[in-house]
Amino acid sequence: MEDTVKFKIENLNVYWSGSHVLKSISMDIGANKILGIIGPSGSGKTVFLRTLNRLNDMELQIRIEGGVLLDGKDIFAPGMDPVMLRKKIGMVFALPIPLPASIYNNIIYGPSLSGITNKNRLDEIVVKSLKSAFLWDEVKDRLKTSAMRLSGGQQQRLCLARTLAMEPEVILLDEPCSGLDPISTTQIEYALKELKKNYTIVLVTNNTKQAARVADNTAFFLMNELIEYGPTGTIFTVPGDIRTMDYITGRFG
Amino acid sequence: MINPRFTQVIAVLLLALATLFTLAILVFIIGFILSKGLAHVDIDFILSNPEDMGRAGGIYPTIIGTLILSTLSILIAAPFGIGTAVFLTEYTRESRVTRIIRFGADCLAGIPSIIFGLFGFIFFVTTLGMSWSILSGSLTLAFMILPTIIRTSEEAIKSVPYAYRDVSFSLGATLWQTVRKVVLPNALPGILTGIMLSLGRSIGETAVVIFTAGSSLRTPQSLFDSIRTMSVHFYILAREGLSNEKAYATATVLIISILAINLISYWLMIRFISKRSG
Amino acid sequence: MKIFGENSIKNLLIVIAFSALTALFLILAFILLEGLPFIFNIGIKNFLLSSDWQPMAGKYGIFAMIVGSLWVTLGAIIVGVPLGLAGAIFLAEFLPRWMMRIIKPAIELLAGIPSVVYGFIGVMVLAPLIRDYIGGPGLSIMAASIILGIMILPTILSISIDSIKAVPQSYREGAFSLGATHWQTIHMATLPAAKSGIIAGIILGLGRAIGETMAVIMVAGNAVILPGSPLDSVRTLTANIALEMGYATGMHRQALFATGVVLLLIIMVLNYAATISIRNMNRKV
Repeated sequence: MEDTVKFKIENLNVYWSGSHVLKSISMDIGANKILGIIGPSGSGKTVFLRTLNRLNDMELQIRIEGGVLLDGKDIFAPGMDPVMLRKKIGMVFALPIPLPASIYNNIIYGPSLSGITNKNRLDEIVVKSLKSAFLWDEVKDRLKTSAMRLSGGQQQRLCLARTLAMEPEVILLDEPCSGLDPISTTQIEYALKELKKNYTIVLVTNNTKQAARVADNTAFFLMNELIEYGPTGTIFTVPGDIRTMDYITGRFG
Repeated sequence: MINPRFTQVIAVLLLALATLFTLAILVFIIGFILSKGLAHVDIDFILSNPEDMGRAGGIYPTIIGTLILSTLSILIAAPFGIGTAVFLTEYTRESRVTRIIRFGADCLAGIPSIIFGLFGFIFFVTTLGMSWSILSGSLTLAFMILPTIIRTSEEAIKSVPYAYRDVSFSLGATLWQTVRKVVLPNALPGILTGIMLSLGRSIGETAVVIFTAGSSLRTPQSLFDSIRTMSVHFYILAREGLSNEKAYATATVLIISILAINLISYWLMIRFISKRSG
Repeated sequence: MKIFGENSIKNLLIVIAFSALTALFLILAFILLEGLPFIFNIGIKNFLLSSDWQPMAGKYGIFAMIVGSLWVTLGAIIVGVPLGLAGAIFLAEFLPRWMMRIIKPAIELLAGIPSVVYGFIGVMVLAPLIRDYIGGPGLSIMAASIILGIMILPTILSISIDSIKAVPQSYREGAFSLGATHWQTIHMATLPAAKSGIIAGIILGLGRAIGETMAVIMVAGNAVILPGSPLDSVRTLTANIALEMGYATGMHRQALFATGVVLLLIIMVLNYAATISIRNMNRKV
């Protein structure tokens, strides 16, 4: 079955203060799928992810060429407001970064920016997002306590819930489990598998096994290039490139 | 050759003595003023008007004058200082413009208070015709404390983790929303510490105040009235030899206010640090 | 809902960001406009190199005040630098962090004490001591130097501590690994590396000393004479302005602004020197 294409990336090149950090990337990202991006650190995965929601815009030394189409529309077109774009594309970072506020206030940060002030509506959003991130049962009695008091795994699920609260279409995750223990990692992975019914998910990971476990498609980045891209099953059993084979069998990286 | 261990012992001993001496000076100054003045400070001294040029009575109008003048100067300088810091840290990259702005602030910080006094006198009091008044005084003081507020706010804003900004942007916030909802609240204790420092400077300042706000002992009716602050009152008492007893008492109130302000800013700092690390 | 758009906020902040520069420009403009014409009127030489200050007789020579300012500033350096430097080394190198947390606020408190209080202590305690045990009138260069030396301690201390702390640990480890004692390490590795920062601190302290007004008025005696010894009374540039501003009019007032111009020039030179030292420090670390 042919996927609906959510993101279409066409010959994307990114230069960062002189160096070429993404070289001619082209790929389609299917809707309601999990795309796993693997590769050694420094291979350009994070830059790629931050290009998709234009979080790199803040850097003045960056230059971006080529096209990124979201639902057929160029996200770098002059009329595209990066703020509106980021409301559609949520992001979870490598380390859990709760804002120093209560659990409740962390969740409603995005919605209240969009102008939602109705208390009941906000309460609903908080419950729904925390449930979707499988955190509700653990924190339902202490929504007003500081988010800084949660454990690392809980904090990361809070960050996921906070992203879900904006009701985005796409969720970008940048090595979300790199600082977490195996149990927390399993919880996050479980949440992601459930969430793909409603969202398109792009998961950058240092852990190839994680990609094998949760991703529908997998892309392998090496030295700022996209080496190989295809269904996860294919990539992990019959990779088309010797370098992919070397990486997933742990021979380098 | 002398044994290096022996040299070390002697050197450390001398360094420790010098440090102790510095701390002893601090203790002596505060102790001396308080021991001579505390006995003469009571509710009556604080709440009654001075009589006979300050030889008798209390210092009530000078306390009011100090409060009004220093608060007003903070209210004027803080928006400009914090705004400048926000611009320098969040709205622009390092460039020639930021270097010029920082250079200007540094120069302003180096100007002695007597020059601020001269300027306030010729600009606000004379040229703008605001005469010796609360307004002239607080505007001049605001000029004087502006660089301190810029510098400390900038440091406070820079100490907010960059990741918070990333999170805020990724949740669809604009730059100003990020500044208002994430950056400023988290930098607030640091900014307040800078404001407390400036408050202390305003309260202790004498030269600027004499030339711009005058030294009237009457309780002011409007912003265009002259007032006398505690520092000015203390200076006049001491210099004219009106009353040593009242001078010590005034200095005691002055020192206690400064102590309180330093304690509050210290407390803010501790809270700031513990919040960062926990 | 949105009262200000993102762009209008940015524009507002740009305007605000230039407030410090505007303030600086206004101050320089008004002081110079008031003071410079006077200097050219009576002649730079007559103004700067004559010690004859008799405003009533139309004589405006500030040489004695320039010398006075330099004397008390030099004295403040002699008192303040050894104490400040020794304190900074001890605090930065030999004290554990938790003790620094107590002592740093104490130093800030020293900086927060109003200058009139320092002046008062000088009058009540220091001047009588000097008069009774060393000689002279008491209110003197020596009294002013000691008081100013104490007043600039916090500046020298905090900047020196920062620059000593900024020396990379690897410098120290290098010296330690060669078998140096802690003191030898400080003396051979740490201090040379922190030198420009410490110098910047001293220069800023110097600026504070030369610009200080109220404390100096109270303890220096204020006589317009060329001092012959540290026990003589002296008048500084700042004191000259503050003492006479209250009643000066016309030419006399302009002369005081001209005194301010000279003071500003000295401060500007000092600040420039400090900026260069700080820049050197940043480059090295």
